[in-house]
Amino acid sequence: MEPTELSMLELGKKLASGELSSVEAVRACLARVDRLDGEVKAFLRVDREGALAQAEASDRRRKDGKRAGLLDGVPVGLKDLFLTEGLPTTAGSKILESFIAPYDGTVVKLLRAAGTPILGKLNMDEFAMGSSTENSAFFPTRNPWNLATSPGGSSGGSAAAVASRMAFGALGTDTGGSIRQPAALTGIVGLKPTYGRVSRFGVVAFASSLDQVGPMTRDVPDCAALLQTIAVHDPCDSTSAPAKAPDYFAELEAGVKGMKLGLPREYFELPGMDPEVRAAVEGATRALQKLGAELVPVSLPHTRFALATYYLIAPAEASSNLARYDGVRYGLRSGEGKNLLAMYGHTRDEGFGLEVKRRVMLGTYALSAGYYDAYYLKAQKVRTLIKKDFEDAFRTVDAVLSPTSPTPAFRIGEKVSDPLAMYLNDVFTLPCNLAGLPGMSVPCGFTRANLPIGLQILGRPWDEARVLRIGRAFEREHDFHRRTPPLGAA
Amino acid sequence: MSVADFQPVIGLEVHAQLLTRSKIFCGCSTEFGAPPNANTCQVCLGMPGVLPVLNEKVVEFAVRVGRALECRINPVSIWARKNYFYPDLPKGYQISQYDQPLCQHGGLEIDTDDGPKRIRILRIHLEEDAGKNVHDAGGGESLVDLNRSGVPLIEIVSEPDIRSSTEASEYLKALRDVLVYLGVNDGNLEEGSFRCDANVSVMPKGSTKYGQRVELKNINSFRFVQKAIDYEIERQVRRLEEGGKIAQETRLFDAVKGETRSMRSKEEAHDYRYFPEPDLPPLRIPPGYVERIERELPELPRAKLQRFVTSYSLPAYDAKILVGDRALADLFEKVEAVYGGPAKKLANWFTGELLRLLKEDSAQLAALRFTPEQFAALLKSVDGGELSNNAAKDVFAEMFRTGRAPMDIAREKGLIQVQDAGAVEAAVDAVLAANPDEVEKYRSGKKQVLGFLVGQVMKAMKGKGNPALVNAALKAKLGD
Repeated sequence: MEPTELSMLELGKKLASGELSSVEAVRACLARVDRLDGEVKAFLRVDREGALAQAEASDRRRKDGKRAGLLDGVPVGLKDLFLTEGLPTTAGSKILESFIAPYDGTVVKLLRAAGTPILGKLNMDEFAMGSSTENSAFFPTRNPWNLATSPGGSSGGSAAAVASRMAFGALGTDTGGSIRQPAALTGIVGLKPTYGRVSRFGVVAFASSLDQVGPMTRDVPDCAALLQTIAVHDPCDSTSAPAKAPDYFAELEAGVKGMKLGLPREYFELPGMDPEVRAAVEGATRALQKLGAELVPVSLPHTRFALATYYLIAPAEASSNLARYDGVRYGLRSGEGKNLLAMYGHTRDEGFGLEVKRRVMLGTYALSAGYYDAYYLKAQKVRTLIKKDFEDAFRTVDAVLSPTSPTPAFRIGEKVSDPLAMYLNDVFTLPCNLAGLPGMSVPCGFTRANLPIGLQILGRPWDEARVLRIGRAFEREHDFHRRTPPLGAA
Repeated sequence: MSVADFQPVIGLEVHAQLLTRSKIFCGCSTEFGAPPNANTCQVCLGMPGVLPVLNEKVVEFAVRVGRALECRINPVSIWARKNYFYPDLPKGYQISQYDQPLCQHGGLEIDTDDGPKRIRILRIHLEEDAGKNVHDAGGGESLVDLNRSGVPLIEIVSEPDIRSSTEASEYLKALRDVLVYLGVNDGNLEEGSFRCDANVSVMPKGSTKYGQRVELKNINSFRFVQKAIDYEIERQVRRLEEGGKIAQETRLFDAVKGETRSMRSKEEAHDYRYFPEPDLPPLRIPPGYVERIERELPELPRAKLQRFVTSYSLPAYDAKILVGDRALADLFEKVEAVYGGPAKKLANWFTGELLRLLKEDSAQLAALRFTPEQFAALLKSVDGGELSNNAAKDVFAEMFRTGRAPMDIAREKGLIQVQDAGAVEAAVDAVLAANPDEVEKYRSGKKQVLGFLVGQVMKAMKGKGNPALVNAALKAKLGD
């Protein structure tokens, strides 16, 4: 068996026992990158030397009996908005094409401390704005299950790299579904933790009150392991939770017996849901029922306002977060323009792509004098109502189940010129970010065309352990997560 | 109609730098005068991915100011982003406070010709400073220095309660004194650590409806405050008299020309798109915090002034000078406590000799070489007749520079007055014997000759005779 077929924890065990070395694992990944990434195009940059050097260091630690933990030596990839000292960090944007990060972000430091070699930086929609990775300024990433389709986004490069076994795991970020939707579309596990669970320091910001870093892995135990590594309080992030994260393995295998799982009426009534997706997700809920969970219909009445709310708050924050890309200190500066204002204008015009410009304009408008109350402030009020919907539901249920995405992977180019259709792809994932909840997508089936389908599990704030436990209970009884995209067979 | 027929209405916005050692949202030093961009890190450079972390000292300083200015301290205040593009603003927004500031509804009493007047304070909020653009540095390029980026500021906004440029200047001075007393600001207008914008309007006397206000920027000295406001009042009155209207605009004060000129009109005004800063949770003041800060507040300038006038029986003029500097007032009280003589006499030494020497040597009160005890001893020796007033000034100057004991200096310089009655008597006898004509004149009623005789005795004693003793001895011998 190829080493790349192993999960992170399986590889970790083989590294610990000396059956494999970290250098071999990195080489195996790099060989797969060489073989497959010309087509998949998941990586923006492969850091061969860096990853091999880190692997060698890991192997030395093991020889010295100083193994850093379960994941020491297990190679991972990073979405290209994690700042990594000395490596380019582009956020998928032309405006940062030349930017070399001057420091490591907090989660990158945590990964380095855990000993995971970093294979490189993964493609994404520019500034994480998009659901298909087509908004990357460099190239779109393809879905390893069908190269004509999109892996979703914005963490599409991370999802494709993990699904095609070019990396054992990856970190993504999720502002409105950017971890869970690509995980669903590529048949892997993706978790967005509770807002504040993982530090945002050193992560290029999109929408600060919604962004959250999370793991993307092949199975739930890997997801727990990677989350455990990064769920650490960070004094550099004032929104980081001071409470220590629990042991995510303690009850991982404890099953769902006696749990109450909510099925939100509004989610299942959505027009436009793909029938195969509906069938697979309903099948998954029945499977959990058979495992001893009680299925309870719940209502999240403000769901229909989530999309509009999100598309006011996220662009508003983004319009401010992206103001720093002005050509003054780093990144692209346009040579055109005779004065300051013209320099700003040309730099941002040349540096930002269409979707980014669209959202900066939306956000600027929503915050403008005379419109603030009607748009931004109103959206914040609705956000509170959406949060309250979940609080009400969580009084009677332990978690909420839904499809992750209303459709399986769509064809590249299919939605890129229709922003509204693209935005609708996030309709099940957005409310979770607005409410700050943990949410995970686990593979729960395939379409007849052999495209993966994801089940979304939403939990109470800080209740990642239970979300993982539900996902694990389902996963243990199924083999969807073990299937490999047809690429490898070729 | 003329300026006298109009009532100016003025409100002031003061930006004061807080004297914390590190910046408001990162650990960089706030020290003035470092090489460009030396005091910066990824946070205050606005690198991608950085996040602010609040410096708690900043809150403590701001609460001090808030309570000293009798403000309500809001238990919850909200950080907001003020969005605008400028090269000295690295993130493209300034973290500030907007509709829920830390302090609200206070006031500051000032002196006016009509007696004391309270200027209400609308709000005090916290924010970060921007960097500075450096133009004409050569090569036709503009440079940016971000050392100041992230230095903590408070903005103190008054209600439009000020009615003249004199009042404006009084308010600013009083405000600066308070901030300096609290140890939170160095009060330096020229270096920009205390900056002022003014909102000025005029209305016909007797009217209650405020005129259109104009914002004046770039006022960086107390003298300019008055000049800028006076110019603006006259400009507005002239415009109204010509039948014109006052435009809503921001004007810049040109200190060289002594005039204000339009900087941007209402149409060009920025829309700052304020919204709550998502990277910082609301600022919560824990219970008991304000009370603790309050207990630690020093006596404020106005209270101290009152006390100096009443308990030391000082003229307001002297008291004002002493209280104008907290360290000076503190020193005065220390010396007074050991001295025990008339406070007015001590005040004269402070306002005269001490201030003169401090100014001449550009010395710091904090780094004086002599002790309060030495100062008191010097004054006592004047009172006791051992030193003449003039000799004491000499001794003081030496003591000021070296910190040596005053009587050691006096002895070394030979300035101690002869206190020995026998020696004085001998000198008087000799002088009387040598000047029989003058003695005759005196006895025949020409009393003014006494001055001449005193002078002769002093000369004979090489200036060391105690004038009081000499006088007494002469008069006794002359049979007065």
